[in-house]
Amino acid sequence: MMTASLNAYIIVSAVLFAIGFFGVLVRRNTLIVFMSLELMLIASTLALVAFSRVNGTMDGNVFVFFILTVAAAEVAVGLAIIVALFRRRHTVQIDQLDTLKN
Amino acid sequence: MAPFLFLLFAIFTVLCAVGVVVNKNAVNASICLILCLVGVAGLFVQLDAYLLAFVLLLVYAGAVAALFLFIVMLLDVQGKESFGLRGFRTIAGFVAFSLLLAGIGSVALKGQIVSSPPVNVAEGAQLKLYAYQLFTTYLLPVQIIGFLLLISMLGVIVLSKKHEIVEDAK
Repeated sequence: MMTASLNAYIIVSAVLFAIGFFGVLVRRNTLIVFMSLELMLIASTLALVAFSRVNGTMDGNVFVFFILTVAAAEVAVGLAIIVALFRRRHTVQIDQLDTLKN
Repeated sequence: MAPFLFLLFAIFTVLCAVGVVVNKNAVNASICLILCLVGVAGLFVQLDAYLLAFVLLLVYAGAVAALFLFIVMLLDVQGKESFGLRGFRTIAGFVAFSLLLAGIGSVALKGQIVSSPPVNVAEGAQLKLYAYQLFTTYLLPVQIIGFLLLISMLGVIVLSKKHEIVEDAK
């Protein structure tokens, strides 16, 4: 059964994406920026699953399966980079990570 | 009944997402992220993607968010963040957010994505369908993903080892 219309799912997905985007732009803590990034990724997968359901094929679902796997790898590597960064600079605030600026 | 469930999960998800962005404390933010993922898993269930909902809960809410919590605890950065709404980035954030919201609004008010009534996939045999597709059509991507996971594991080990090696050299 398909409960709500496709439009509703797409709107929820877009709102999630917008919130994540806002978080990426506004927050200064690298960890929370990373979490907002994950939020955006999840929003896109929600849209993908909704389209796949309406289309009636499994391809979108399998694609989301792959996306989840790649996202897990990405989170592991990203958090390792953040930890390495923290060890070197002793901060995770974006404001203070401006070596390339000058 | 069913649209009620959709509304419940959608509102819950969006509220938790706002919680991720607004929270000052990183621990609370990651807890909100977990709750948001639970909400998305509920939406997946309503889209008949049971396996994906389960995988989302296991992999994301189970492993990834726990990893986030672990790193937050490990780094132990408490409340030094200046969450003042000022500067170019905040303006850019608000502009981008309102642009996206305007796009959503225009889609919601005018554009209707014409959706034919959803075709029924064979229910109950979903896991079999996944397995069949993964081992026939998508065999090469599965192997590439396995290789990618191996590489990322090696990369994480190298990234977290590197600093000690540098210190040893000094």
